[in-house]
Amino acid sequence: MAHFDPNAKPFSNKWMNERLAVDTLKKVLSTEYWIPKNINFLWAMGMVLAATFGLLLVSGIFLLMYYLPDTKQAFDSVNYTIMSEVGFGWLWRHIHGVAASVVFLIIYIHMFTGIYYGSYKKGRELIWISGMLLFVTFSAEAFSGYMLPWGQMSYWAGMVITNLFSLGSLELNGLVEWIRGDYVPGQAFLGRFFMLHVLLMPLIIIALIVFHFGTLRLPHVNNQDGEEIDFEAEAEKWKAGNRKEAKVIPFNPVFLSKDVFVMGVYFIIFFFLVFYNFEFAMDPVNFDPADPLKTPAHIYPEWYFLWSYEILRPFSKDIGLMWFGFAQVIFFLLPFLDRSPNVAPANRRKPFRCWFWILLLDMVALTILGKLPPEGIFTTLGTVFAYLFIALWFALPFVTKMEKPVGGK
Amino acid sequence: MSNRRDFMGMALGAFTGLGALGALYAAKRTWDPLPSVKSAGFTTVDVSSAQENVLYTEMWRGKPVFVLKVSKKDKAYKDKRLITVGGEKFFIAIGLCTHLGCIPSYFPDQNKFICACHGGQFDAAGEVLKAPPPSPLVIPPFKVDGKKVVLGEEGPDYKKLKAAGLVA
Repeated sequence: MAHFDPNAKPFSNKWMNERLAVDTLKKVLSTEYWIPKNINFLWAMGMVLAATFGLLLVSGIFLLMYYLPDTKQAFDSVNYTIMSEVGFGWLWRHIHGVAASVVFLIIYIHMFTGIYYGSYKKGRELIWISGMLLFVTFSAEAFSGYMLPWGQMSYWAGMVITNLFSLGSLELNGLVEWIRGDYVPGQAFLGRFFMLHVLLMPLIIIALIVFHFGTLRLPHVNNQDGEEIDFEAEAEKWKAGNRKEAKVIPFNPVFLSKDVFVMGVYFIIFFFLVFYNFEFAMDPVNFDPADPLKTPAHIYPEWYFLWSYEILRPFSKDIGLMWFGFAQVIFFLLPFLDRSPNVAPANRRKPFRCWFWILLLDMVALTILGKLPPEGIFTTLGTVFAYLFIALWFALPFVTKMEKPVGGK
Repeated sequence: MSNRRDFMGMALGAFTGLGALGALYAAKRTWDPLPSVKSAGFTTVDVSSAQENVLYTEMWRGKPVFVLKVSKKDKAYKDKRLITVGGEKFFIAIGLCTHLGCIPSYFPDQNKFICACHGGQFDAAGEVLKAPPPSPLVIPPFKVDGKKVVLGEEGPDYKKLKAAGLVA
């Protein structure tokens, strides 16, 4: 039976501890959650992402007050009401649009940092998998949000992406019509994607963020050398006042203050974009209202989907879909396809180093080609780089098997 | 005792299972197209004033439908997919690329459709000239009625095409 001190002052530390174990919670979640010292600014990307998600949430709440999920009114509610009537409506829209684009840049940096330092192995598999689930849900969130202004690109991206669910020659047109609630994207489609964007997907994302943090708590974050740190022993050193010798620092306030510094730099750049260079996040084609009888000359997704779109494009329908599906799920398998026991930065893992940089450059090349029209040399290059992407993943188990053990520093 | 617990557990499981199934079915039905959408009827197209080699686009169930009077000079004139209305040959099909649903544009000087999205090409009878589209442009259910064509209704000509496997 719990003991409640009748003399404890309401809301005093003792009173709260008896009811909510606040001191224990604080220790477990922040002051005694240990972070290695041997890290760099790339380890701040997680908190940068959390802060950007916060900005998306806040700006989204303000946009939600005037946005109308109606095919006849949606376009004007965004482009007229929010942009020119609502006081500072433009600010929320530009924050929302810029953050939606930038969040993917940070996600990719966060992902490739994990790949480079091997932060998905030896107890960290669930961190990687929950992170990939977040990538997928963020993609769904971005796509559903892109439908809402009901411009030309919204409409035609909605048409093309929902058509993917007919799964090529399987011709599951009934499924496509079920997803849309109509033969073509219309009111039913806009209404359900609105619901997904403002409620269901954000709920799932928040739950997954909690899960992602949870998977991190026991294995702890990796470090620049992939060193296996005895966190309990190092924490004892810190708590005994031996702070110089300890290899770890507490998450709060020490690591968080470094995070806040990186976030400060990030937000200067972020708000520079919001105020002075927001055009990159606002596709001009989407400033024409949706027209079911006119396809835009080029339909392309936002930059962060281009690499996988380019894997879809050069092949015939069924094969393209197959490799597109492959590209969507293959990153999930990374912890299991990497057969090497080494947790070390890629530059110390000989063949893997090449694999990492080729993959990165290949995805950059696919991204660039995805934006170019499907003609002549671009089609050829796109095909070559798409095959290269696929080949890299098939080669990964062999590349990592060849690797010699490297000791930590 | 354990038998009674098992029974309670199974009874609870069965009832919640049934409830979950019912809820899933209700959720599925909520996402279904509405009856008003399903019955959004039939479109009648009058082709009597159509000019040769000029593309007309009609709207049927929210989708664009191409109507093209094919000229005798066009290679596609002999294609079995063309529809005869009042002695003239017409190409009538849903104007969405069978790859991923973009609207191809018609180029009268080349007598072909080109899709800007992924570079697919079709001739004036909707047959694929260049991948990625996997199949010809789809012919919607139609019924020839004098100089008019009713879209959405399966007439004898449509049934013949369908039996020959030429509609899609």
